Amino acid sequence: MAKKRIVSTTINGTQRDFLCEPRQTLLEVLRDTLDMTGTKEGCSNGNCGACTVQLNGRPVVSCLVLAVEVDGATVETIEGVACNGTLHPLQDAFLNNAALQCGICTPGFIMQSKSLLAENPNPSEHDIRFYLAGNLCRCTGYDKIVRAVQDAAGKMSSCCEAKV
Amino acid sequence: MRDFDYAAPTTVAEAVQLLQSHKGAARPMAGGTDLIDQVRVGRLTPDLVVDIKKIPELTVLEWSANGLRIGAAVPCYRLYHDPKVTAAYTALTDSAAIIGGIQIQSRASIGGNLCNSGPAADSTPSLIALGAIVVIAGPQGTREVSVDTFCTGPGKNILEPGEFVVELKLPARAAKSGSAYQRFIPRNEMDIAVVGVGVSVTLDAAGQNFVAAKIALGAVAAKPLVAEAAAKALIGQPVSEATIQKAGEAARAIATPIDDMRGTIEFRKHVTGILTARVIQQAVERARGGK
Ligand SMILES: Cc1cc2nc3c(=O)[nH]c(=O)nc-3n(C[C@H](O)[C@H](O)[C@H](O)COP(=O)(O)OP(=O)(O)OC[C@H]3O[C@@H](n4cnc5c(N)ncnc54)[C@H](O)[C@@H]3O)c2cc1C
Ligand code: FES
Ligand code: FES
Repeated sequence: MAKKRIVSTTINGTQRDFLCEPRQTLLEVLRDTLDMTGTKEGCSNGNCGACTVQLNGRPVVSCLVLAVEVDGATVETIEGVACNGTLHPLQDAFLNNAALQCGICTPGFIMQSKSLLAENPNPSEHDIRFYLAGNLCRCTGYDKIVRAVQDAAGKMSSCCEAKV
Repeated sequence: MRDFDYAAPTTVAEAVQLLQSHKGAARPMAGGTDLIDQVRVGRLTPDLVVDIKKIPELTVLEWSANGLRIGAAVPCYRLYHDPKVTAAYTALTDSAAIIGGIQIQSRASIGGNLCNSGPAADSTPSLIALGAIVVIAGPQGTREVSVDTFCTGPGKNILEPGEFVVELKLPARAAKSGSAYQRFIPRNEMDIAVVGVGVSVTLDAAGQNFVAAKIALGAVAAKPLVAEAAAKALIGQPVSEATIQKAGEAARAIATPIDDMRGTIEFRKHVTGILTARVIQQAVERARGGK
């Protein structure tokens, strides 16, 4: 077996060191080693977006990132989205607009939407649908999700705004 | 996933040495968006994955008098976020913006798209249309080849053991030139091309006649095709519906697609003709200063 590596990274603002095998993905390490199960596994091949996190500020699917690659990097996950126990406007908007049913796709949608709003604070419906094309939802349908993102975009004035 | 070791060299020489010492069992990795899944499902069985993103040459995006140098590991989003690159090499940024979704584009590189050598790779027809040169490093030093001859079959290319792609060089954009890439897919995004067409054209000063053209087709043969007859049908001719139609016909004539769930042979050939004409039209509009 290939030697395990020590990886030092910053996850949600906190320094985290972990041990992993080269063949482990970031998704596996988040869920199985670090017990951060907020990030979901859907397809494991990059198609569904359930495992979306931000790596050095860019949205990526963590099932297609090797954990050893994140040495020295910053990672943001769904666990870091709420601000001191207060839900992020996106999280609020998903609840208020009933933009989830089973919820397995939701962390990925929230992480991806967060990247969208950081890049484009006033996205059109088309912008939202395009930016979220790499995230699949099999139960809610996309209309409510799009509406939730539009709703959140209009309300990004809470304490969490600086964190977007 | 299958067990493998990992190395992240910081120089080209070190990477060549690692690749060479493991013979065929070492595999370069840029964004990993093809590689990681291929290892997971057992299509690739490397003993060593060589992460090439930490090598400075592999992430350059640099202008020179001769054009643009694109490090082989530069991810797609860096290309289309750069207004200068978008203006000069629009076909390539058209491609970069449709490879997977945004998350994939954060990691997926043009070098990886080329080296994966899928017949439907979305950036390869654009690289061909734009006249890219592939810079390859290996045990014997560095060599440069035209991208036209790089892919040799599905998943196959001219790289020898120990070699990897360092960068792609795009020649400076000519005055009155324009380029475009489009693919036909049943969805709006996140799908594999049924047909892909990359075109670059140069017009005369008045914008009325074709002076130069290069056309490449994806997904209609075992490897991306250079549509020479289609380009010839344009060069020296006036920009007109009839000329463009002829070029479309010439492109259709060289398509040798397969039948699969994405489209029948007949359908793919038909789409090749239509799409080629459309993409030429778009490249013409851009050569004339349009978007
Ligand atoms: C959900 C999803 C959607 C996708 N959609 C598209 C799409 O629409 N269009 C499309 O064309 N592709 C698509 N792809 C495929 C893939 O994202 C692209 O081919 C991408 O450009 C590969 O780049 P990479 O940097 O991730 O390559 P990697 O996965 O790192 O490498 C790909 C292959 O090339 C080799 N390689 C990489 N870099 C080099 C180098 N510099 N020198 C030598 N060999 C090298 C690797 O060993 C490997 O075999 C998609 C993939 C996923 C997961
Ligand atoms: S689990 Fe990563 S994209 Fe589906
Ligand atoms: S809420 Fe079930 S998949 Fe989206």
